[in-house]
Amino acid sequence: MSHLLEARNLDKRFGAVTAAADISVTVAPDSVIGLIGTNGAGKTTFVNMVTGYLKPDKGRIYFEGRDITALHPRQVTRLGICRSFQIPQLYNSLSAYDNLIVALGIVLRNAKPAPWARAPRLVPGHDLPLADAAEALLERFDLGEFRDKPAGVLPEGVRKLLDIAMALANKPRVLLLDEPTSGVSSEEKFAIMDRVMSAVRAEGAAVLFVEHDMDIVARYAGRVLAFYEGRILADGAPDVVLADPQVREYVIGGQAEPKEVSHA
Amino acid sequence: MSALLAVVVDGVIYASWLFMIAVGLTLIYGVMKILNIAHGSLYALGAYGAASLAGYWLSQGYAPFGSYAALLAAAALVGLIIGPLIERGLLRFMYGRDEIILLLVTYAVFLILEDAIKLIWGVDPYIISEPYGLLGIVEFANLVYPTYSFMLIVVSLAVGVLLAWVLHRTRHGKLLAAVIHDREVSQAMGVNVRRYYLATFTAGAILAALGGALTAPTVSVVPGMGVEVIVLAFAVVVIGGLGSLPGAALGALIVGLLRAAAVHYAPALELFSIYLVMALVLAFRPQGLFAGEQVRTI
Amino acid sequence: MKKDRTPSLLLAALVALLILGLVLPEWRFLGTLAIGKGLTVLGLLLLLRTGLVSFGQGLYYCLGAYAAGTLGQFWGTTDALLLLVVAGLAAGLAAAILGILLAAYRGIFFSMLSLALSMILYGLLVKSAALGSTDGFNLPAPTLFGLPLVSHDSRYPLFVLACVLGVAAALAMHYYFRTPLGRLSPAIRDNEIRVEYLGASVRAAVHVKYVIAGILAGVGGALTGMTVGHIDPEMAYWTTSGEFVFVAILSGTGSVAAPFLGSFIFELVRTFAYEYSPNSWQLALGTAMLLIIVFLPAGLWSLVQRRRA
Repeated sequence: MSHLLEARNLDKRFGAVTAAADISVTVAPDSVIGLIGTNGAGKTTFVNMVTGYLKPDKGRIYFEGRDITALHPRQVTRLGICRSFQIPQLYNSLSAYDNLIVALGIVLRNAKPAPWARAPRLVPGHDLPLADAAEALLERFDLGEFRDKPAGVLPEGVRKLLDIAMALANKPRVLLLDEPTSGVSSEEKFAIMDRVMSAVRAEGAAVLFVEHDMDIVARYAGRVLAFYEGRILADGAPDVVLADPQVREYVIGGQAEPKEVSHA
Repeated sequence: MSALLAVVVDGVIYASWLFMIAVGLTLIYGVMKILNIAHGSLYALGAYGAASLAGYWLSQGYAPFGSYAALLAAAALVGLIIGPLIERGLLRFMYGRDEIILLLVTYAVFLILEDAIKLIWGVDPYIISEPYGLLGIVEFANLVYPTYSFMLIVVSLAVGVLLAWVLHRTRHGKLLAAVIHDREVSQAMGVNVRRYYLATFTAGAILAALGGALTAPTVSVVPGMGVEVIVLAFAVVVIGGLGSLPGAALGALIVGLLRAAAVHYAPALELFSIYLVMALVLAFRPQGLFAGEQVRTI
Repeated sequence: MKKDRTPSLLLAALVALLILGLVLPEWRFLGTLAIGKGLTVLGLLLLLRTGLVSFGQGLYYCLGAYAAGTLGQFWGTTDALLLLVVAGLAAGLAAAILGILLAAYRGIFFSMLSLALSMILYGLLVKSAALGSTDGFNLPAPTLFGLPLVSHDSRYPLFVLACVLGVAAALAMHYYFRTPLGRLSPAIRDNEIRVEYLGASVRAAVHVKYVIAGILAGVGGALTGMTVGHIDPEMAYWTTSGEFVFVAILSGTGSVAAPFLGSFIFELVRTFAYEYSPNSWQLALGTAMLLIIVFLPAGLWSLVQRRRA
């Protein structure tokens, strides 16, 4: 088994809407994959199925050869498949620092051999005490100046970074980023991606990111999956996929329409 | 055989009473997402209002059958005064806040109303049994029932049918469904959401008061009579599915029959049985028997 | 890093309370009562911080009292520590079982379900002639290691026990909030999805917190029962639970000491209100509750914090 992650023939329907039809994907370690497609094409459904939030109607998902189709998000997370969110999922009343403390605290707690046992002193994977691990993550994402501000009042770009920083608490082997640059001004987009990619590369995780901006995809992805109406229209190197006539017509052309109406 | 028949008849009578006290609660929750703890106090207010009004009517020596009109008038009066007072005077400032905050607000209203009742009517019981006896009794299969109990079934059915008709067959009902589905969008489309909230809460208050008014002749009206009603009503609507009209009917029927069976065969388990069913329903079908839709959150 | 002053403040409060109890004997009863109820409210504070409002803590409050009461009444056990431990265990066990059901619920469902469950206990107790039905029964005077805690001329030993217990519980809760599991409370309140996506089970965490709150209520109920010397099913009635919610809202979730202060104020005002205007006591409560929800969403404790800031 050389695949880190493998999705086999995933189907998912919501009533009359086909969100996934026969989706098969394999992910190699160290790959950086861009997921493109119009809204409703099935990108987020794919992310949701891989991370256990949605159960596929048909098909299986394997991680390092192990069937994880039936697992809950928390179990998938513990295995090392972590994600960020299109709308950052933060603890809005807690400070940025405390958000990370909660995240790393869970990792620490999960490392206990038994509920009554003492937790290890160092956060596994980070090899630092809890407080230091949180500070290190803040520093790695350059969030120091927002350390003590409640997450609820932070600017969207900062919230995005914090959201991704929290996804790194579990030392992911596979990291899924759902629109890491949406809701952020176009000047900021590359800055955010640079920061994210450098922070993530240090982890050695495979990255799958959902993205609407083709410049970002072309710059960062080593491979592109183009989704259309729940199917994968094209899968391959960015220059090949982005030049594919079908992709240009249905995926990138569709982008010309007003997009991202509301994510609320 | 006659014991079983008694269980069924008792159960249906009790079910219609339960439906009456529960339907207003589920209506308000269904539209406004407010679980109104003060519902029981509105029920008690209806009972007190009915006792006073019917008592006055009879003490004046008017035709005794007019006391039924007095019961209905009292319910309408209580609902039309207290309902808008609570909604306009308090709840509307709380819209958009967490459901649990609204629960606490109605709990505060409950506390206030409980004492308001004591301050207005005192702590001595009121008894207004004339309307109960007036209709005589019905006898069949060795069973004797007051005719009033069957009237309760008729009123309860009428309330259910009327509500179903308003909600599904009228223009206002359809607009209300739109408000329930998406408040903001309906508002943007020009629906006067404010008015629908006021109407819904008032209707719910009238229904609670009606339940109390029609119960008044069958019991002695005392302080605290509404305190347990809220728990019973909640059990009924939760079994059926909070916010669902057919759910309230089904929940009332289940609880009514079950309690009747418990009273006949295992009196010690009476109260216990109701909540046990509720716990069982929730354990296996958390959304209640008439489930609503699930919303994707990420 | 700011230094954590809460432990030293709590210990100072303990010393102050013990001295006050010594010089003001007529306040011992009220003080002990307030701590008994304060323990229950402390459990509610834990739930509130988790975003949950239980309208049914009376269940465990009553269960703890009855567990201690039956042990005292029918087996003649009067040792306060033993009774409190048994009360806590009984309540904790019940919470562990009912928690299986309740931990799946949030918001008003959690509130109303917990309310309904407490009414089951009420319904059972009212029908139990052996336990005195609606009248309940009296508790023998508690002892500690054979020494009386309450005698005709002194309630001081029981007061001391209550103070130690209250401060110990507050301190334990304070430290609990600094553990990873304790920190999950505000996280669950803010965003459950993220908690699951960080690898923790929200349901399990809520279950544990519910059991802790149940144990505290059980011990609180037993302590209250010993103080008053009498218990009845009213302790499980939903309006009793409603009072706890009121005190919890009044106190706010800002400090582990707030529940005790809130309970004390509540009992104090109630004592006077019952005397002068028994029929407008709830009216005042309801009004106060509305005012707090509108003007002081963080409870009375926020006033203390605002002054400090």
